[in-house]
Amino acid sequence: MSNFLFASIGKKFIMSISGIFLFLFISVHLTVNLLLIFDDSGELFNLGAHFMATNLIIKIVEPILGLGFVVHILWSLVLSYQNFMARPIGYLTKSRSVSSTWASRNMLILGSLVLVFLVIHIINFFWDIKFNPGKLNTVYINGGEIEDTYTLVASLFKASVIYDILYIIGGILLGIHLSHGFWSSFQTLGLNNRNWMKRLQRISYIYAVIIATGFAIIPLYFLIKF
Amino acid sequence: MSILESKIPEGPLEEKWSRHKSNIKVVSPANKRKLDIIVVGTGLGGASAAASLGELGYNVKAFCYQDSPRRAHSIAAQGGINAAKNYQNDNDSVFRLFYDTIKGGDYRAREANVYRLAEVSPNIIDQCVAQGVPFGREYGGTLANRSFGGVLVSRTFYARGQTGQQLLIGAYQAMNRQISKGNVTMYSRHEMLDIVKIDGKARGIIARDLVTGEIKRFGAHAVVVATGGYGNVFFLSTNAMGSNGSAAWQCYKKGAFMSNPCFVQIHPTCIPVHGTQQSKLTLMSESLRNDGRVWVPKKKEDVEKLRKGEIKANDIPDEDRDFYLERRYPSYGNLVPRDVASRAAKERCDAGFGVNAEGKAVFLDFKYSIERLGKDVIEARYGNLFQMYEKITDADPYKEPMMIYPAIHYTMGGTWVDYNLMTTVPGLYSIGEANFSDHGANRLGASALMQGLADGYFILPYTIGDYLADEIMTPRIDTSSSEFEEAEKAVTGRIEKLFNIKGSKTVDHFHKKLGNIMWDYVGMSRNAEDLQKAVKQIRELREEFWADVRIPGELNNLNPELEKAGRVADFFDIGELIALDALNRNESCGGHFREESATEEGEAKRDDENFTYVSCWEYKKEGQDPELHKEELVFENVKLTQRSYK
Amino acid sequence: MADKILKKLNIKVWRQNSASEKGRFETYPIENISTGASFLEMMDILNEELINEGKDPVAFDHDCREGICGTCSLYINGRPHGPDTEVTTCQLHMRKFKDGQTITIEPWRAAAFPVIKDLVVERSAFDKILQAGGFVSVNTGGVPDGNAIPVSYDDAEESMDAAACIGCGACVAACKNSSAMLFVSAKVSHLAKLPQGKVEAKRRARSMIAKMDELGFGGCTNTGACEVECPKSISISNIARLNREYLVARFSE
Repeated sequence: MSNFLFASIGKKFIMSISGIFLFLFISVHLTVNLLLIFDDSGELFNLGAHFMATNLIIKIVEPILGLGFVVHILWSLVLSYQNFMARPIGYLTKSRSVSSTWASRNMLILGSLVLVFLVIHIINFFWDIKFNPGKLNTVYINGGEIEDTYTLVASLFKASVIYDILYIIGGILLGIHLSHGFWSSFQTLGLNNRNWMKRLQRISYIYAVIIATGFAIIPLYFLIKF
Repeated sequence: MSILESKIPEGPLEEKWSRHKSNIKVVSPANKRKLDIIVVGTGLGGASAAASLGELGYNVKAFCYQDSPRRAHSIAAQGGINAAKNYQNDNDSVFRLFYDTIKGGDYRAREANVYRLAEVSPNIIDQCVAQGVPFGREYGGTLANRSFGGVLVSRTFYARGQTGQQLLIGAYQAMNRQISKGNVTMYSRHEMLDIVKIDGKARGIIARDLVTGEIKRFGAHAVVVATGGYGNVFFLSTNAMGSNGSAAWQCYKKGAFMSNPCFVQIHPTCIPVHGTQQSKLTLMSESLRNDGRVWVPKKKEDVEKLRKGEIKANDIPDEDRDFYLERRYPSYGNLVPRDVASRAAKERCDAGFGVNAEGKAVFLDFKYSIERLGKDVIEARYGNLFQMYEKITDADPYKEPMMIYPAIHYTMGGTWVDYNLMTTVPGLYSIGEANFSDHGANRLGASALMQGLADGYFILPYTIGDYLADEIMTPRIDTSSSEFEEAEKAVTGRIEKLFNIKGSKTVDHFHKKLGNIMWDYVGMSRNAEDLQKAVKQIRELREEFWADVRIPGELNNLNPELEKAGRVADFFDIGELIALDALNRNESCGGHFREESATEEGEAKRDDENFTYVSCWEYKKEGQDPELHKEELVFENVKLTQRSYK
Repeated sequence: MADKILKKLNIKVWRQNSASEKGRFETYPIENISTGASFLEMMDILNEELINEGKDPVAFDHDCREGICGTCSLYINGRPHGPDTEVTTCQLHMRKFKDGQTITIEPWRAAAFPVIKDLVVERSAFDKILQAGGFVSVNTGGVPDGNAIPVSYDDAEESMDAAACIGCGACVAACKNSSAMLFVSAKVSHLAKLPQGKVEAKRRARSMIAKMDELGFGGCTNTGACEVECPKSISISNIARLNREYLVARFSE
């Protein structure tokens, strides 16, 4: 099995599986986040966040998710290194845009930028919510006391235009990364053929646009409204 | 004449091959392992032979000058491969394919060889299908066929317009399998420069490693030459740039007879020459003549205007167009055989009706069939050819007629071989286009692929055993012997001689000049005076070449100019022999047209009384004319008739 | 359509005397090239001039000059086989260039394709991949009749689409990762789509991929550049099929 994990298609398989896993995470994450803009009182979002924090399935999935990120990042580095070594002398002139999209050629850069954003994001929210609960206020909803995650998030977006812009850019970068990553993961798994090629690519774009606008619209909402 | 022992087996035609097979010797598996065979060239003949011999257990060493065996020029064949399968239920048979091939070759091929070719042809299709050749299929899943020029049945199997490529890849794959098993050792970018004979038998070759320039020795119990034809003598041809006659020529110089060198096929539908910068001619499939009408203007003034670009082809009304094939050959029209169509085009162009700036092109017009069948139908039939034409010429054949002109395409002549495909040198074999055996004076479309694979898969693997059975006691050939030493010295000497001329003109300069002489005097239409002129001019040019050629670069490095120089040096000699052979054959047959032997209407006239033989030329020595031997052709099963397409 | 004359071009070309020596770019001016000439004819003219000037001509690979043998392999102005689609270098014509233009010509660049001289590279890695399993294991003779096993029209066509590969290496040259996946997948698809080749499809995919990895080609990241630059437009859907065959093979172990 170890030679499978490091064979060219094996490595791609790992990237693809971990990638698909991350699509699921991102989709759920976006759904919960969108609650931010549907209820300015924050009640809806707080309930959602609380559910996510206490649900057993989510708790089980969380460490796997962390592992998914790590694997996706590590394997991308191994893959990129090996691909880099496959061409010791480069070309003087390149007209690559004729034959491929910018996103497809720059997944490592896009991924790295998304990672930078992810680190900021974790510092901003996840760390406090998870490991520093003292920093959070609590609210009473339907008679129960839960963490006031909404205030933590909303106050950052309301207070800082820079963070708003950063989060908008982060959403767009993620979208571009996914525009190639989504259909590519199916291609790698062999779940593609001549007829589905165009369809998958179209679905990929639609998915990427949804994710990018979804994530970008939240800071934009706070930027405009408050 | 014992040297020309053709070894044709006794008995009725249809039993000759099976009788022969049961009479020839066989080598045991244990002994096969001890025997080495060299195969030079990896086209259809060479690759299929190397694969089959490797499967049998012989140690095979295969050589090609290309960077990969897959690139041999068999790959460029477009149309298809014939086989007497009778899948169409149109009364095809082995005999019919045999008869068509003999007749198409204008009765200048051996009956027994041609019959055997037809006999094994169905096996080729089965073999290729089993190897994974993606032949065209019907919706029901069975193999599809198309029809081809000169025959009345539909027996041509095809893989789109890339049949040669697919068949070659099949043979290449089979050879790759033997390479992976260690039965075949492949030497790519190696060019055979000489054959080594020990005690009269072929025992190895001298080859140059084209990357390092190193001259190497290779020994074997038998040598198979499958190096294709010599069409590039003419400089411009449809052959690949590297295609050459040098390997066959070295065999000739070491005692293998060269047969019918003047039988050269000129294909009527090639993209014409433009300007002086052209390096090669591109073939457009013969199938285009099924739906295209060939014409030139009737009026000289229209020709002038066309050449100046004042009018376009479509500006000329129908009544001012001369559909000369339909005019001269009303029954066959645009579908006359290749040689007839080629000569007719030349006749019109020589009369001043050529339609391009150089005056060497005729129109092939699809206007009429597009009107009749619709653009869709024409596109489905010829779409890829039209696209290829447009890429090269930048003209749209859907809107204006194509321009075409004949070009050198295939050489029917080649090394003389007996029924076992062995040359006059014991242990030296010649297969595929390199030998002379099956196509007579003219080859039918889709028969070249058939012959290459028949020789390599189904004939040579049997017949070579008959010779090798007597060689089982011969140990591995020691390449440090004096014979190898001398051969290597001669090769090195010749290369150094060429390299040290350090003259003033490039190899291509001489090659182009040779090509012009050949095309003008030894081309589509030949006469004694021109041929004598050609011989004289070739000799003069050869002298100039050996005094003034300039080869740049280094001896011990990749040096394409040095490679070319060696090949062109041999082309002079081959060209001279073609002219001598054409001079000797004072009759018109197939691709060879002697103006002295024509009917009153200018059609070809065969002279069966005096020329029903294979000319076999024996090399004497440098500066001396070769000696002509004749293998009389005996026809017991077909009646000789004059071809007519009126 | 009428041919024009390009009065002057600058040919900037990679010169490297041998595999072990260092290379560099040299620029040569060239004059009066017909737009009807093929790119390789332009190279012939350049070489003729270089020889006449006493210089070493530029070595480049070429053979059939009709787009089928796959020998020609020039990377022209940043694209394998130059600025046209569905062509090999020998089918590229000078009408695709402008008067006064500088044309940069480089060899294929990949660790698995080392330069031999100037623009000539060593592509035997492709042969080695095919030797690892790119065949149907049948001997000559003893095979069933050609019509014994029906093959559907669509399967034969799809197989042919993949079999059209000419092994030129443009896919590797175009790929930012120097991956040979399109090449390998074309062979795997060609044979896997036919009943005759299906029998050993899994084994074939596995051994060919192992060989590809061993020879130092990069991995596929699905940029699709190979398909666009392929002179025969071989589809990357073949790569999906290869992935499928390979994964099934590995997971059924």
